[in-house]
Amino acid sequence: MFRSNVLVCGGTGCTSSNSEAIIEKLHEEINAKGLEKEVNVVRTGCFGLCALGPIMIVYPEGAFYSMVKPEDIPEIVEEHLLKGRLVKRLLYKETVVDDSTTKSLNQTAFYEKQMRIALRNCGVINPEVIDEYIALDGYQAIGKILTEKISPEQVIQTMLDSGLRGRGGAGFPTGMKWKFAAANAADQKYVCCNADEGDPGAFMDRSILEGDPHSVIEAMTIAGYAIGATQGYIYIRAEYPIAVKRLQIAINQAREYGLLGKNIFDSGFDFDLELRLGAGAFVCGEETALMTSIEGKRGEPRCRPPFPAVKGLFQKPTVLNNVETYANIPQIFLHGAEWFRSIGTEKSAGTKVFALGGKINNTGLVEVPMGTTLRTVVEEIGGGIPGDHYFKAAQTGGPSGGCIPASLIDTPIDYDSLLAIGSMMGSGGLIVMDETTCMVDIAKFFLEFTVDESCGKCTPCRVGTKRLLEILDKITSGKGTLEDIDKLEELCYYIKENSLCGLGQTAPNPVLSTLKFFRDEYIAHVTEHRCPAGACKALTNYVVIADKCKGCTLCARNCPVGAISGTVKQPHVIDTNKCIKCGVCMDKCKFNAIEKR
Amino acid sequence: MKSLAELQAIRDKAKAAVNLRDNGEVNTRVMVGMATCGIAAGARPVLTAIVDEVAKRELGSVMVTQTGCIGICQYEPVVEVVDADGTKTTYVKMTAEKALRVVNDHLVNGNVVTEYTIGAYQK
Repeated sequence: MFRSNVLVCGGTGCTSSNSEAIIEKLHEEINAKGLEKEVNVVRTGCFGLCALGPIMIVYPEGAFYSMVKPEDIPEIVEEHLLKGRLVKRLLYKETVVDDSTTKSLNQTAFYEKQMRIALRNCGVINPEVIDEYIALDGYQAIGKILTEKISPEQVIQTMLDSGLRGRGGAGFPTGMKWKFAAANAADQKYVCCNADEGDPGAFMDRSILEGDPHSVIEAMTIAGYAIGATQGYIYIRAEYPIAVKRLQIAINQAREYGLLGKNIFDSGFDFDLELRLGAGAFVCGEETALMTSIEGKRGEPRCRPPFPAVKGLFQKPTVLNNVETYANIPQIFLHGAEWFRSIGTEKSAGTKVFALGGKINNTGLVEVPMGTTLRTVVEEIGGGIPGDHYFKAAQTGGPSGGCIPASLIDTPIDYDSLLAIGSMMGSGGLIVMDETTCMVDIAKFFLEFTVDESCGKCTPCRVGTKRLLEILDKITSGKGTLEDIDKLEELCYYIKENSLCGLGQTAPNPVLSTLKFFRDEYIAHVTEHRCPAGACKALTNYVVIADKCKGCTLCARNCPVGAISGTVKQPHVIDTNKCIKCGVCMDKCKFNAIEKR
Repeated sequence: MKSLAELQAIRDKAKAAVNLRDNGEVNTRVMVGMATCGIAAGARPVLTAIVDEVAKRELGSVMVTQTGCIGICQYEPVVEVVDADGTKTTYVKMTAEKALRVVNDHLVNGNVVTEYTIGAYQK
């Protein structure tokens, strides 16, 4: 029996900041001190507070160490694990009350307002050990369904009653999907999992698969039982090597325990899973393209109807849900549909995981009940905007979503409220922007992405997004006209209405929503040839404010193109023709004498 | 996997290890002196005995930790129990066997094992 558990984050974020070396060093030091029988080192999934990684928690004290370096490990082992004294300098500052007291993690601003259902096991269990998942009621849900002979109809009814809606973005009721697929008779049906998370800045699906892969496997088994499928596929991108590895380990362990395979729980029900790796095309996150890709063909969308529930994978009835949707399902069966329904809002039950990124202090993963306001997420959980900057807008839904301006920061986050203001839930990327971000530039950024990722099958998307990008390019370089803005808007609606799949239908959203809330910025670009945020390089110039310049020559010496001239102790001048707008002079100036205009 | 009972067995076996990771409602703290003096006097087997027994009895609200030297080195191994109301009991000259009795009498049933306390020893 171990007296202490040391949990080290093994998610992608912390792994890339060297948590593997920390684990190695921990084992080394623990062995050197002869504590290997007393202290258990566990590599877990993501804790959520990625900004402070690598993260490590020591139980039973629950001490939360942040930004740990391998060099810190001898001190932690010696002081904390051997002598029982917390290493204060490494504790997460929010948990330190005063010299002798710390508070639990769940009382810190970042975790307090969160409610973890999909992420409940992430950062708690070792994802590579099935027993730890079982210890926390894992596989109880499917066990109960199969041994107590709950009928597939009842399972689907529970799903309908829970009010769970697809977490991939569109928010279609999951129970309805299952019901349609169950109603279509066929010799073979399939259950698929969409783990092709492609939105820039979104990483919740990855974290769930890395931290709690068994929850997805269990839920897919439940789905298989409900619709009468015996085979499932998880479509995951090859760029997620840790998630792929842990999923494969989890599938193998589940097979070993007979939780996948033939005659599960002696009920006569067979179900097995396989992984399919995607090469990373954004369009393969669209359901029909995803299934085409599993079939071994080029990942291109097909026409709907027929919907996947009628003719999906290999032309058979198929249920396709997102990773986060699945992660909620075992909990619904353990605690009941009523419990799930009581969380969140009336039309959006449960919680939603968001990947917080951009100009925010606590970058990371947060899970909040539906209906939580954007203000709570950004200001309280996210810890606000760094520096002296202020909140300008947040982009939800990545390249398919839209922006929420500061004036709507009190909007509750749920499917319908976001749609009403022209954005969408999306898969859960939440990119926060401050006043130095140009909204036209942001729209251009997302359009560049969709132009790259458009599969080219239908013309409105292939050609239309390209034309949109060209107009945006023209505007950000100061050559646009007011007619261009009108043309831009008209083209957006055309693309929305005529594209074949979700990629094209939502691609103009970033443009439309920025036009709706920040039209003045577009107009400033074309009529005044000015970028209000100072982000568009073609429209900004660096100038020396003569009154503030002391003539220290620092800027002139650092300018890579020699665009700054002037004599010592005399105000300098920037030659705007030579200037490449790199901003070095502004960074170097000690007197704030250089301004962007 | 053939039955729920089989699943339950795995669950029960794995539960103790994972339970440690929930510091939700701790109301009793057991602190074992693990400074040089404590370790030299044999605190390690005492600590492991307590940890094992607490896990076996599934005492979820008990947190077993170690602490440094509290200055009564002649009485090591020292185990201090802080109850929910903040009452502190100091057990001295502990052994693994005595520790088991403390877990059973004090932690489970709430009866202080008077003869092992520092008060009894100093008489």
